[in-house]
Amino acid sequence: MTAKYALRFGALGYLALLLLLPVGLVFYRTFEHGFHPAWAAVTNPEAQHALWLTLIIAAIAVPANTLFGVVLAIALVRHRFPGRGLVNAIVDLPLALSPVVVGLSLYLLYGTGGWLGGLAGHGIKILFALPGMTLATIFVSLPFVVREVVPVLREIGTDQEQAAETLGAAPFTTFWRITLPAIRWAVGYGVVLTTARAIGEFGAVSIVSGRIEGKTETLPLYVQSQFEGFNTTGAFAACVVLALIALATVLVMRIFRPKEEAA
Amino acid sequence: MATNAAAAVSRGAVLGRAGGGLARGIAVGYLSLIVLVPLAALVWSSRSQGLHTFWQEVTKPEASSALKLTVVVSLLVAAFNALTGTAIAWVLVRDSFPGKGIVNAVIDLPFALPTVVAGLVLLELYGPSSPFGVDVAFQRTGLVLALLFVTLPFVVRSVQPVLLELDREMEEAAESLGAGRLAVFRRIVFPNLLPAILSGVALAFARAVGEFGSVVLISGNIPFKTEVSSVYIAGQIESGNPAGAAAVSVLLLLISLAVLLAIGAFRHWRTRHDR
Repeated sequence: MTAKYALRFGALGYLALLLLLPVGLVFYRTFEHGFHPAWAAVTNPEAQHALWLTLIIAAIAVPANTLFGVVLAIALVRHRFPGRGLVNAIVDLPLALSPVVVGLSLYLLYGTGGWLGGLAGHGIKILFALPGMTLATIFVSLPFVVREVVPVLREIGTDQEQAAETLGAAPFTTFWRITLPAIRWAVGYGVVLTTARAIGEFGAVSIVSGRIEGKTETLPLYVQSQFEGFNTTGAFAACVVLALIALATVLVMRIFRPKEEAA
Repeated sequence: MATNAAAAVSRGAVLGRAGGGLARGIAVGYLSLIVLVPLAALVWSSRSQGLHTFWQEVTKPEASSALKLTVVVSLLVAAFNALTGTAIAWVLVRDSFPGKGIVNAVIDLPFALPTVVAGLVLLELYGPSSPFGVDVAFQRTGLVLALLFVTLPFVVRSVQPVLLELDREMEEAAESLGAGRLAVFRRIVFPNLLPAILSGVALAFARAVGEFGSVVLISGNIPFKTEVSSVYIAGQIESGNPAGAAAVSVLLLLISLAVLLAIGAFRHWRTRHDR
């Protein structure tokens, strides 16, 4: 019996010290002088611009990775082609790769002297601008939809799809009426994970953005620049906004993943 | 009728094949554009000045010291996660107490919370203005703390489903034959969990090696003391030495690939055990 309680309180204590207390303290520090300073800090133009930029990037990266993620998952599960194992490995790579390495790769590709560095001369600005930041975000958040959809596709098999085809349904109809309804929860879960990662990405975006204040600063970058500029109120307020988004994400994740609730 | 159906099947098959070709083309094209071409540019640019320069950049004292620190600290953090992650998964599956659902949800917080926020909240509680009177800022302890925060979910989420599906009958049989609780865990539960623990540990290790956002504020980035490779790379880019940044980056890329290979092997091992 004592072993059971020791384990329980050990685990809970560890979680409290590592996760809950630090996050709780920042909430407390943000609002310790009342609601107004915090509100003023998140509504100043620079913070607002950073928030908008973050949302715009997510609004491009999440649909792109959802659409291509589903196509990738179908290609990986339903089709055999040479190099499939390689494609499978590359899909996982962003999960295991440093975001700084991702940022540097894009920096070298689109920078001066890079393979696609000539684009800047034609008025197509990728680096230190929205396109580069979006590409970096798409890179780091690419695996989530694929990884959620692949096991479900495998599990449902092809019986129903084949039946639909036998009855004369075109491939798109089969996808729309049979495959998509079966994978919609997995897609939803993947979208939530993708969104969280897209909004919070720091390392990769930090390198390709050039960190131009009021121009290419996303909310996570804003947190760092405010903290280093000794504007802790501003940094904490932005932190709280991001933490609230994270908490909402965790809640939605619970809804999309009902299986483990059975535990 | 029969011929009609047969025609429909063959038409469906043909369209399916064409659709498959399209899906495959789009998938490979997207991956190349987003992932492969940038990484190829990285590898190419690290090799463009010759292997000698590459080796020189990697063996610079500051670079190699950062690399050593990164690998050692990541191994430490990953090993510690094996212990705490398994314990947390055990408590979440086998124990029951009020509020367990909330605790289970909270495990995902480090996945959802932006890394820079993780760094800042840890710095606030365990940094210079800590209400506990501890100060780990600009120290290796701070670095370890940040990495423990961001890697927390990996082992838990990898072990939890395996533990859920584990057949209790084996344990009960062992107990009825007189095995102590420790013996049951060591001889029955642990061998069944091992592949899952190892995959979780490998993912945590990969994450720790590449982590940037959470360590950048708390570690202070002091060369030879708290500077890890990802921070070193960012520093080299800022100080105009992309060749040095690219050389170290290629090493990190190789570590990531090795970890993914290892995880593939663990997965294979687990499915073989199932059969």
